Amino acid sequence: MATIPLLELAHARSGDKGNTANVGVIAYEPRDYPLIRDRVTADRVGEHFRGLIEGPVERFELENLHALNFLLHGALDGGGTVSLMTDAQGKVFSTALLRMEIEVPDEVAERVRGRGRVPAAVTGESP
Amino acid sequence: MSEHPVRIASGQGFWGDDLEAPVRQVEGGPIDYLMLDYLAEVTMSIMQKQRSRNPAAGYARDFVPLMERIFPACARRGIRVVSNAGGVNPGECARAVAEAGRRAGVSGRAKVGVVTGDDLMDRLDELLAAGHELRNMETDEPLASVRHSVRSANVYLGARPIVRALRGGALVVVTGRSTDTALTYAPMAHEFGWRRDSWDKLASGVVAGHINECGAQASGGNCLADWWTIPDLAEVGFPIVEARRDGSFVVTKHPGLGGVVSLRTVKEQILYEMGDPATYITPDVIADFTTIRLAEEGSDRVRVHGVRGRAPTPFLKVSIAYAAGFKAVGTLVYAWPDAAAKARAASRILRERLDRLGLAFDRVLVEMVGWDATHGPLAGDPPRDLPEVQLRVGVRGPDRAAIERFTREIAPLVLTGPPSVTGFAGGRPRVQEIVAYWPALIDRTVVEPHLSADFVDV
Repeated sequence: MATIPLLELAHARSGDKGNTANVGVIAYEPRDYPLIRDRVTADRVGEHFRGLIEGPVERFELENLHALNFLLHGALDGGGTVSLMTDAQGKVFSTALLRMEIEVPDEVAERVRGRGRVPAAVTGESP
Repeated sequence: MSEHPVRIASGQGFWGDDLEAPVRQVEGGPIDYLMLDYLAEVTMSIMQKQRSRNPAAGYARDFVPLMERIFPACARRGIRVVSNAGGVNPGECARAVAEAGRRAGVSGRAKVGVVTGDDLMDRLDELLAAGHELRNMETDEPLASVRHSVRSANVYLGARPIVRALRGGALVVVTGRSTDTALTYAPMAHEFGWRRDSWDKLASGVVAGHINECGAQASGGNCLADWWTIPDLAEVGFPIVEARRDGSFVVTKHPGLGGVVSLRTVKEQILYEMGDPATYITPDVIADFTTIRLAEEGSDRVRVHGVRGRAPTPFLKVSIAYAAGFKAVGTLVYAWPDAAAKARAASRILRERLDRLGLAFDRVLVEMVGWDATHGPLAGDPPRDLPEVQLRVGVRGPDRAAIERFTREIAPLVLTGPPSVTGFAGGRPRVQEIVAYWPALIDRTVVEPHLSADFVDV
């Protein structure tokens, strides 16, 4: 087994509903969806965001899209116009969730290495 | 399937979106409808404030010059425009749009439809007295507790009044607080003559509306998956839904424009602002997003089918805005070396001064932009050699004077706090009144008899 960031297996988009942020997590490859579904539980996501959100985490499965939807309650300091946060509308909880480290078989880690980041050839930086 | 699909183009995802996008949609290829979404939760209260100062204001002003530009092409090609630009004053908006049509030279060739009946502001006391408590859907508090602070109250309307306006021959339909999704599925319901209980078709229309309602967010904008590969976002093509009678549709865009429509861009948008995906509630239908089937049909074409829906609830959602205190945010920038340590020290000094002044706030929030402002504790400790960081302090509370005093405590830190500080050229922070959102439900039978679709000739 190897430990990799969720960023290498999934992309995501987040938004707000009042004081709740939602994060949709989508497997890049349908074959990796079951792994994500098993590893990225509501409990793990709650732990991951400890100190950043005040309420519970709910999870919904969208197997048809190879995706999970998380509701992070109490994430936005009141939300909308009330919130003092830079990210009052929860726009970047997506990548915050993709920081999560998960355990995967070695061959999966090998296959997805570097996914989700701009390739060095594009940035012009040396790796 | 030989029937020509109905092409519904998205032209605006919020008030402030790319002004050129709707023009590109009209000029870039064939479309039948252009939908323009201008409203977010807070927009209605801003418009209410504008109308209280000027009875002819209170709608998305950008919509009028836009219509003046595209009116000739729309009238010539029969492109119908559906928009919630009317805000809290759809009647005045429609009048201004009709005038724009005259200036654009389409007099006698177009009608503007106006949907009204969503505004409950003048009926609030009558409704409360009749036992409609309008409890906050998040906190369960009855509206009576903040009644004196209410600034606007509007019901989210569905497709039916828009369909009435289209059936009446409107080239342009202006609404107040219609749901964002209805702006897309009302044209589908109208064109295909769907029945009120065509739940699956309506639900598919809702998915089309959800994909269209945020503009380029479905066609490559704000797309996380391989974002650096998405071509020509400078001239991004907004999404276009090609709808079929059975409710299925293809998401695409004009071929000459930038962006991408792929399974990935469409999935990201489907999940945006999603609650329980099996229960996506609208005034006309409850859509089940777990039944959506997607298929890539060639380049920049994603087919959507299989969507299931069920009957809606007896309630409509009300968007209420109320005054809820004040806030202000101040910032300063600290430079290397030890930028984060300096910013933290400045924040401690500021807090101590606010305490000595005896100022009380409901909330004080300290963020370090460039380190933890977006990901909080997940960002870990700041690197020792952080080149710079912006200290951002926000306060919130009921007492305007306390917030005002806070705004005078930022600048002094430049000469009385830690060194290598800059970035105060913007002056004192501004005190903002907080107009908060109060979502509630209301029995639909007290709203629906008041809905109407009227017409203004161009």
